[in-house]
Amino acid sequence: MRAARLLLSVGFLKNNNLTLVLGIFLSVCWVVIAIFAPWIAPYDPIAQDVARTLQPPSFAHPFGTDNFGRDVLSRVIWGSRVDLAMGLGGVFAPIIIGCTIGLLAGYFGGIIDTLLMRFLDITISFPFFILMIAIISILGPGLMSFFIALALVGWVSYARLVRSRTLVLRHSDFVAAGQILGFSSIRIMFRHVLPNAALPVLVFIMSDVVLTILLGSSLSYLGLGVQPPLAEWGIMIAEGQNFISTAWWITLFPGLAIVILALSFSLIADGLAAQYKVSE
Amino acid sequence: MERFKFILFRPLQLLPVLFGVSVISFVMVRSIPGDPVRLLLGTRATPEVAAKIRAQYGLDEPLMTQYFLFLKNLFQGDFGRSIVYKTSTFNVVAERIGPTVFLLTYVLVMAILITLILSTWAARRQGRLPDVIVRSYSMVGLGLPTFWLGIILIMQFSIALNWFPTSGYGESVAENLYYLFLPAVSITLALSPVLIRNLRASLISEMESDYATAARSRGMSENGIYFSHVLPNSLVPAITLLGINFAWLIGGTVVVEQVFSVPGIGQLMISSIFARDYLVVQLITLVVAIAVIAVNFIVDVLTAVIDPRVHL
Repeated sequence: MRAARLLLSVGFLKNNNLTLVLGIFLSVCWVVIAIFAPWIAPYDPIAQDVARTLQPPSFAHPFGTDNFGRDVLSRVIWGSRVDLAMGLGGVFAPIIIGCTIGLLAGYFGGIIDTLLMRFLDITISFPFFILMIAIISILGPGLMSFFIALALVGWVSYARLVRSRTLVLRHSDFVAAGQILGFSSIRIMFRHVLPNAALPVLVFIMSDVVLTILLGSSLSYLGLGVQPPLAEWGIMIAEGQNFISTAWWITLFPGLAIVILALSFSLIADGLAAQYKVSE
Repeated sequence: MERFKFILFRPLQLLPVLFGVSVISFVMVRSIPGDPVRLLLGTRATPEVAAKIRAQYGLDEPLMTQYFLFLKNLFQGDFGRSIVYKTSTFNVVAERIGPTVFLLTYVLVMAILITLILSTWAARRQGRLPDVIVRSYSMVGLGLPTFWLGIILIMQFSIALNWFPTSGYGESVAENLYYLFLPAVSITLALSPVLIRNLRASLISEMESDYATAARSRGMSENGIYFSHVLPNSLVPAITLLGINFAWLIGGTVVVEQVFSVPGIGQLMISSIFARDYLVVQLITLVVAIAVIAVNFIVDVLTAVIDPRVHL
């Protein structure tokens, strides 16, 4: 509460933006859980214990144990590391590539714009998920393939967003001033145009993190993402699916973790959009 | 009829996109790990036989020539052979496409109905309990993983209550509807939040617009205003959004087919990846890309039919 009041006092939150506060609070909680997983988790996430397989939730194991006797709570806690890394790391390359392409297309216009936008049309007409699966099938499953595939297909939304902002901004006075002062195009684009387009991009990043987390866990569920025995929520759900009639807890808790983590970033996206009147 | 001109010209604009799609497809086949000839013949083939096959498939030609050969084969309907099913990949994919199309249609109908009902319910009671419920759902729903949702539905409705089958497709249309009910629900629940958020917002802004106020002052009933003005005016952005989300929808189908063992092309794609049956993977990618292009074309036409101001 004190942190929230502090934020309010510096004018960060103009109209008691509860959505934003809640979103930031939940996200910070997840980051803390992920960083301190080794100290928070009560058990080793991959240590098998044949004497304690498929135990329902109890005081010793609040989320129960799985078919190898591994503690589900500990696996959910450790899994937050992988899923957060997928969500936050996955958007990194798309942001850089997408913003650069969007800036180039919007700022220079003409033939560069036409070529880049045709390229974008082609990429966008491939269904995102199918294209990712196809790329990963060639590269082989794993976290690195996931990041590479995302870099290849994830940039389109950023490029579109930044391009449309740049088209407006390039006719503004500060761009003209920069040109008269003899600034290089690169300097004007990255130091002056991009910061002015940052807010809608930031809002989009937050919703993109949500999509990326869902994408990553879906791929891991299908066996194309992170590989076992690493604790990851999608893998845990896939493993739990074999025991749905006897041990619901293996499947339920990792899924709830995905929902809550995704919700935290959705709340930030909504809160930011409301705070700064950014239309999605 | 002026505004329908683009139905003729729009497909021409799609040509570069189709060209790009074919290039990406080609690159995909060429990037397959390992020698395609070895894959075809196995490791025991002599170098002479391998060279002969290589010449037969044009693999010793320059890359450009290979691409045109690839295009020629595409136009002749020759998509290569599946190494798993030992028949043309076209037959393999054609056999499995039915359940996927059925599921997609099922989801579309369900999602449109739910979106219309919930958005109307929320927008006409803005700020009150129904609105709060719908908004919370559309917030939490953004982060619902379809595969998890599917498994939870199986636990509850197939295993605990025994109302629905856990997997499969069924024989007749009635059985298809019954077997695919839970898969369709799990995709719908994950898809509709995006649509509801959008439709609710545009409904509310239309309700507060000047023409709605004018109609109110002339004594028109709220129902009349809603159904003859507000709703039709809000539909165009909603349909556009649905078109954009069609690509996402196909991704959702792939995952859910896996959860419910639906014998569609999504399941085929995943099993082909693990079996290294790359030509099947490539053909599915191509089919789906063309479907997405076609759907977006239909969406463009629809929006122009609904809204006379739209020119493309």
